[in-house]
Amino acid sequence: MSRMFKRGYLALMLLFLYVPILVLIVQSFNAGVSRAKWQGFSLKWYIDLFNSASIMNAFYITVTIALLAALFATILGTLAAIGIHAMQKRPQGIMMTLTNIPMTMPDIVTGISLMLLYIFTRIPRGYFSMLLAHITFNIPYVILSVMPKLKQMNKFSYEAALDLGATPGYALRHVILPSVMPGVITGALLSFTLSLDDFTISYFTTSPLVQNLSTLIYSEARKGIKPTMNALSALMFVALLVLLLAVNRRANLVKETK
Amino acid sequence: MSAMAFPPWAVWLMLLGLAAFAGMIALSIRRNRGIRRTLFAFPYGLWIVVFTLIPLLLIGYYAFTDRSGAFTLDNFRTFWDSNFEMRKQMLDMGFDPADLGIARGNVNMDTLIYSLWMAFLCTLICLAMGYPAALFMADRNFKLGSTLVVLFIIPMWMNFLLRTIAWMSLLEDNGLINTLLGALGLPRMQLMYNSRAVLLGMVYNYLPFMVFPIYNALSKQDPKLSEAAMDLGANAALTFFKVTLPLSLPGVISGITMVFMPSVTTFFIPRVLGGGNTEMFGDLIERTFLSADNWNVGSALSLIMMVLILLSLTTLRKFDPEGEGGTMI
Repeated sequence: MSRMFKRGYLALMLLFLYVPILVLIVQSFNAGVSRAKWQGFSLKWYIDLFNSASIMNAFYITVTIALLAALFATILGTLAAIGIHAMQKRPQGIMMTLTNIPMTMPDIVTGISLMLLYIFTRIPRGYFSMLLAHITFNIPYVILSVMPKLKQMNKFSYEAALDLGATPGYALRHVILPSVMPGVITGALLSFTLSLDDFTISYFTTSPLVQNLSTLIYSEARKGIKPTMNALSALMFVALLVLLLAVNRRANLVKETK
Repeated sequence: MSAMAFPPWAVWLMLLGLAAFAGMIALSIRRNRGIRRTLFAFPYGLWIVVFTLIPLLLIGYYAFTDRSGAFTLDNFRTFWDSNFEMRKQMLDMGFDPADLGIARGNVNMDTLIYSLWMAFLCTLICLAMGYPAALFMADRNFKLGSTLVVLFIIPMWMNFLLRTIAWMSLLEDNGLINTLLGALGLPRMQLMYNSRAVLLGMVYNYLPFMVFPIYNALSKQDPKLSEAAMDLGANAALTFFKVTLPLSLPGVISGITMVFMPSVTTFFIPRVLGGGNTEMFGDLIERTFLSADNWNVGSALSLIMMVLILLSLTTLRKFDPEGEGGTMI
């Protein structure tokens, strides 16, 4: 009885989470514009999607910004984590507090404060300003993913490498980096997805001429949603699902071989 | 692509920063014959000053100045009284605003109270819905638990604007729910453009943020503890309230934080699912900045929101001193 209740409850929760998404996917194959009536199967909206220059351009901007932001944030964040880890207690505390500021700040304040910075310094808002903003909000997440790995490391292995004649650069590459690598990869993946999904900060740091998918969806939603948006969501959902399954599978394979 | 062209000064700035960094590393190598690792944090320190601290100072600067740049507290008075500027102008012209029937404007205060209330309701609903879900999934006898957690994550990977828009097609006047009601011969309902629709959208978006921390806290718990309570004669309810629940409180606290913070500041959901009278504080800030073009009042509103958030964060931390959030100022 209680077991039935538990399963039923979880099933209801999942239904709540998935019904809107499923409805959206079904509608993306609907031939008509009406959202309530089924007017036959069609791939029309998918064809429209790939023919839409604005959507394709927004897609390109979203993906390149996510890649570049993840790359820069991972480099800067990993270096920062190694540096902060090597600091004395007090400067370390200050740096970690500074790292926590952007994470506790609401997105809208981060976005607006950066917008003010760009206006104040006359940096034109567009691709570059959006990239800088994305790097900014990604770095703390990289630091927080790398830091635990550094803390787990044996304190003396770096010094031991130096004593055994390794140059600091060699010790960094062969002792520190391999042991923090899982954290670095987590940080990079986290940055990439955060950047893909961001709306609020992008909204304030770009111009209407340079739109990523989120800001484009926002401006479209105010005009009324076109079925091409359904097609886009369906594709993004399936792509993410495949990606997630692949990552999961890889993780399982790694586990099995170990 | 022309949009990708970097402004020349930015390139110089970056090169300068890199050169400074390389120089400092080179210097320290020559001095100690080893790279000082603390220097690795230098570019990040520079970054944080330029892209976090200076922007925050700018918000502070605009909040305490008027359009001409002179110091003023009027922006905060406008928060308390949205007609403040109008009444001030009338007084300057020699009229008494009270004679003209212009009273204190409550818009900004009301919006703040409405946002806090909505965020509170959203957090409460997420907790009521999410805690049992987390509890059932963390049950060790339930083998599907870890798979279900992944199923809870997947919708979060979808763009949150699209997720919110998905609700539109369900709730609209001629949307799916109303079509179903009509087919069953029931009267159609106005489901969108009210506070309930906004609340639904918020709960839908933020529910997973409540489920994860609680699930993590629960699945880390040693099952021996509750078994011991049972062995010592406690019934299931007593075990839950005396052992399981108190031990999961850190997870509950971080869940509350992760739901409450974004709910107060949300500014897309009320616009899509809500009507004219469901403006929330995030919308107000955005509108003040971009539509009303009033950076000074907008900055004051942002500062007020940040102070509120810092206050609620520190209050929540009191309940969870070992929280993984790190140190606060």
